[in-house]
Amino acid sequence: MSRLIIDLILRATLETAQMVLASGLVAVIGGLPLALVVVSTRRDGLLPCPPVARLLGLVIDMLRAIPFIILLVLLIPVTRMIAGTSLGTTAAIVPLSLAAIPYFARIAEVSLREVDPALIDAVRTMGGTRWMIVRHVLIPEALPGLVAGLTVTLITLTGASAMAGAVGAGGLGDVAIRYGYQRFNTEIMTLVVLVLIVFVALIQAIGNLISNHLRHT
Amino acid sequence: MDVSLVQVSNISRSFGGHLALDDISFTVARGEILGVIGRSGAGKSSLLRCLGALDRPDAGHIVIEGHNLTTLPQGQLVSLRRRIGFVFQHFNLLGSRTVAGNISLPLEIAGMPRAQRRKRIAELLSLVGLSDHAHKWPAQLSGGQKQRVGIARALANAPVLLLCDEATSALDPETTTSILDLLARINRELGLTIIMITHEMDVIRRIATHLVILDHGHMIENGPTLDILGADTQSPVTQALLSETQPRVPPAIRAKLVETPVPGAHVVIRLRMGGTAADQPVLSTLGQRFGVDAIVLAGGTNEIAGQPFADMIVCLSDYSTEIQDFLHGFDPSLKVLGYVPADH
Repeated sequence: MSRLIIDLILRATLETAQMVLASGLVAVIGGLPLALVVVSTRRDGLLPCPPVARLLGLVIDMLRAIPFIILLVLLIPVTRMIAGTSLGTTAAIVPLSLAAIPYFARIAEVSLREVDPALIDAVRTMGGTRWMIVRHVLIPEALPGLVAGLTVTLITLTGASAMAGAVGAGGLGDVAIRYGYQRFNTEIMTLVVLVLIVFVALIQAIGNLISNHLRHT
Repeated sequence: MDVSLVQVSNISRSFGGHLALDDISFTVARGEILGVIGRSGAGKSSLLRCLGALDRPDAGHIVIEGHNLTTLPQGQLVSLRRRIGFVFQHFNLLGSRTVAGNISLPLEIAGMPRAQRRKRIAELLSLVGLSDHAHKWPAQLSGGQKQRVGIARALANAPVLLLCDEATSALDPETTTSILDLLARINRELGLTIIMITHEMDVIRRIATHLVILDHGHMIENGPTLDILGADTQSPVTQALLSETQPRVPPAIRAKLVETPVPGAHVVIRLRMGGTAADQPVLSTLGQRFGVDAIVLAGGTNEIAGQPFADMIVCLSDYSTEIQDFLHGFDPSLKVLGYVPADH
């Protein structure tokens, strides 16, 4: 195998990692507060205001309803505004993040909702404020689930980042399409797929490790 | 100054047309262990939520240490809650924190500095006998140990009142005993007032000095435990609650029991003696003085609120008027349950 191919794939792997991790980070920063607001404003939440919960739920569902490939194109003007360009790895982080925020928010919402309400009551009896409940109960108790949810999000982002490759984002998807598909280079195609398998397996393994460690059983 | 710590006056609470609490009033003195008992749906949990300032009654007042819970603004309620410790049936420990971390939480909420917190946690762990388990996770503890952590956590901010919600209902009998002993010790050593909600009469008998019996939102009884459990006449609800812990005539003998005296028949009586009478060797005196054979068929001497109380079913070979007078001296409410024909 030529040095060139190895370099190509190595660079593409790093680009994919960069896209996935950066948009994963944005997904947590944007999605977790969103999930907290949705969970808290539900009728049985800490700060009940069902209209807010319903409205946010609707926005989340709308964003999730748009196929990623369409979102990619739709967002080109926004991407240009934020990243200065609509091409390349950095630019791809914008649509990837916007797709990942509602995705992670829904997964986080499920984990947060599974926190035993009795624990929230317990902290209320101690005179804990809403913020203390969020900080000491909701987030720490949901953490194993949140980490598992982030793992799923990162893997989904890996798939989506390959799609972003189709519009010039770089990364493994880009290499697979340009070299493997358009030039019928089976060797590169196979290699890319193998790297992706290892990449995904690694994310899952690390995610499981952290999530299980946090469960304290 | 009034010695009562908690005053509950005429509180009512309803949920969607269903009256969970109907005009309940009682007071709790400092240092008392009040047991609140009733079957499920009796209103116990509603009462506890009101006492813990988690819920407000629709009518009436609850005054704790001079603060009226029912009129206090939300902000002050939060600080009052820090003066009330809560112990839960299912422990409600945070799985994301160690034993020490769980006990630390109420201290963190109260804003205690770290160094002071560490000292307080060590004290509390030694009080509940878990000093070696500080760094374990709740998932690694047994039910009894979890409840000890729950109690330590409830005591963290030196509360004036400890509310226990079915604190032993999820535990096996042996562990229940050790938790009740711990609560009784805390009550004794710290002089802490405890309100225990339970559906188990046995728990009440063992440690409650005072008793409130609830049924369908109504208060059926309220007073010292010994007075209520030792009373001659009890309401049907009280009797039903007591029935599990009361002695019963063994079925084999009940089958032979007749209502009217037959010559030469043995008599079966129910003998209940509280206070100093419970310490007397009544049965052996019967034998020595009257030459009567006395066999205990069921029951015995138990403690109610730390005092001996005898409740037993006894079969006597003779029941002359002298014997009756002698026994009435110990138990004025002595009951004859029936007669067993001679072949017994």
